[in-house]
Amino acid sequence: MKTDLYSHPDYYNLDDLYTEEQLLVRDAARAWVKKEVSPIIDEHYENATFPMHLLRGLGEIGAFGPYIPEEYGGPGLDQISYGLIMQELERCDSGLRSTASVQSSLVMYPIWKYGNEEQRLKYLPKLATGEMMGCFGLTEPDHGSNPGGMTTNFKDAGDHVILNGAKMWISNAPFADIAVVWAKDETGRIHGLIVERGMEGFSTPEMHGKLSLRASATGELIFVDVKVPKANILPNKTGLGAPLGCLDSARFGIAWGALGAAMDCYDQALRYCKERTQFGVPIGSFQLQQKKLAEMITEITKAQLLTFRLGQLRNEGRATSAQISMAKRNNCEVAMNIAREARQIHGGMGITSEYSMMRHMANLESVVTYEGTHDIHLLITGMDVTGIPAFARDMPDLSKM
Amino acid sequence: MNILVCISKSPDTTSKIAFTDGNTKFDENGVQYIVNPYDEWYALVRALELKETIGGNVTIITVGNTADESIIRKALAIGADNAVRIDAEPTDAFFVATQIAEYAKKNNFDLVLTGKETINYNGSQVAGMVAEFLDVPFASQASKLDVNGTTLTLEQEIVGGLQIVEVSTPAVVSCAKGMAEQRIPNMRGIMAARTKPLEVIAPSEVEVYTSFESYSLPDAKKACRMIDPSNMAELVDLLHNEAKVI
Repeated sequence: MKTDLYSHPDYYNLDDLYTEEQLLVRDAARAWVKKEVSPIIDEHYENATFPMHLLRGLGEIGAFGPYIPEEYGGPGLDQISYGLIMQELERCDSGLRSTASVQSSLVMYPIWKYGNEEQRLKYLPKLATGEMMGCFGLTEPDHGSNPGGMTTNFKDAGDHVILNGAKMWISNAPFADIAVVWAKDETGRIHGLIVERGMEGFSTPEMHGKLSLRASATGELIFVDVKVPKANILPNKTGLGAPLGCLDSARFGIAWGALGAAMDCYDQALRYCKERTQFGVPIGSFQLQQKKLAEMITEITKAQLLTFRLGQLRNEGRATSAQISMAKRNNCEVAMNIAREARQIHGGMGITSEYSMMRHMANLESVVTYEGTHDIHLLITGMDVTGIPAFARDMPDLSKM
Repeated sequence: MNILVCISKSPDTTSKIAFTDGNTKFDENGVQYIVNPYDEWYALVRALELKETIGGNVTIITVGNTADESIIRKALAIGADNAVRIDAEPTDAFFVATQIAEYAKKNNFDLVLTGKETINYNGSQVAGMVAEFLDVPFASQASKLDVNGTTLTLEQEIVGGLQIVEVSTPAVVSCAKGMAEQRIPNMRGIMAARTKPLEVIAPSEVEVYTSFESYSLPDAKKACRMIDPSNMAELVDLLHNEAKVI
């Protein structure tokens, strides 16, 4: 079996800025990934199966809700620690990180921030250990970049509500015990509801045929007259801002995660450049290969600094949605470019599962798309600097064009 | 069983090794330190296993400065109960062993465990010196350690086989591969480590007997030269006169 030789590039000695505990958390996550995940990830990717046996281990390294306070069963870590765990997971595989991101930012975060005390105590401790898994239902078949247009809805029926609709592209759906679902009430206001597996009319069919995130389980959430107790409605925040708050947290994790994938690709490419000889010399001695490596480490270093600073701002509660958006978009793009260049450096070997670039490359096609596409994030930055939203406009009259 | 585990730092194995001050000092710039793997994977984990089966307490000790508390926190996160840091630069093995022995004398340990060596200096000296200063038995490079009352049964690898020895406690044992399996600190351990006691003690006065004159890196790997199989004379000549190995 191939040994996982990963060590992270740290061109600007950023490790000097992390705390003792942040490094301990990161190194523990890395050691766990190398021991438990690296040896099996390719098999799961090729077979399109999710490694269910890793859930408890993910809980043990703190990958589920790292920033959830200790009183709710979380470790009470800071945001940079959260980012570092996501980075280590995605360094191995984006699908693995997706599972942890969803559980942390899209399930535990809304229950913690928008739930009541009873809901927090009921769900968070079990979600933190991986004993209970969750998923997040926002995207619908006809509403991706425009979630506010959702049609999933619920009607008041006394002590419960009746939920109808469908959600699509839902990570963890096939095995989740609960779903945090966003749906409109009778006035059109968006609320979060905790839907539990086993509720009548609730099903989670798995989606097949993905050529990306193959080691992650994705499904639909279908609600046909599902009776959801009113006690399962998240009371403390409503409106589109509630799910968008979750997305801020998840996008923050993705920014760190995508950078992890980039660092893994660079690390392998650098090693390969020194080992592989052609024309009697290591290929790393050729200017064209050095150009690739130099550009990669420059982009990685810039992204590391961007991400670290964002972590500080988030720790202080000052990171804006637009700042998070920029980091998510930038790091996904950097990672995609680096995966492609690293694949080039590996020549034909780069297309095999012997190396991870091709898997990263395919995974990143999802990562650059979900939680706000590359283009939508550009528009968020555009809106932030101009003050003018460019997301929607009146449909022009085509007959006059 | 009251166990003292000695831990030392060593550079992460991926660190770039370089020297400063005219090759008399190790260049620490950009170097990340880890717990010496022999101390962590074998000595500490075996101590924890013994504690889990027969009860007791596991104390870790290191000689170092404030920056070295990161390796202490990791050892505590893996499961040690408390830690001691002798607040001094670990100048040489004699200095370190003296400091550890001074502390051990005052605290009645049944067993002192160390790794068989550190992976940076590979000195293998501290454990034997500690045993000497404590006037207790010393078993080196044990790959297995069992405890029955006050008797320790140890396995040591020897050329072509194993040797099994028994010593009685208190004793010092240096631990080699096979003794235990690496434990990765989990989140519960990392959280618990935040509040575990870490005592910082001033060093005893010790004369330093060693000075490091200079360091050098190994020669760079040379390119492979192919010799035609029919030309044995050239091969022998090169091995004899150039490589000087025969």
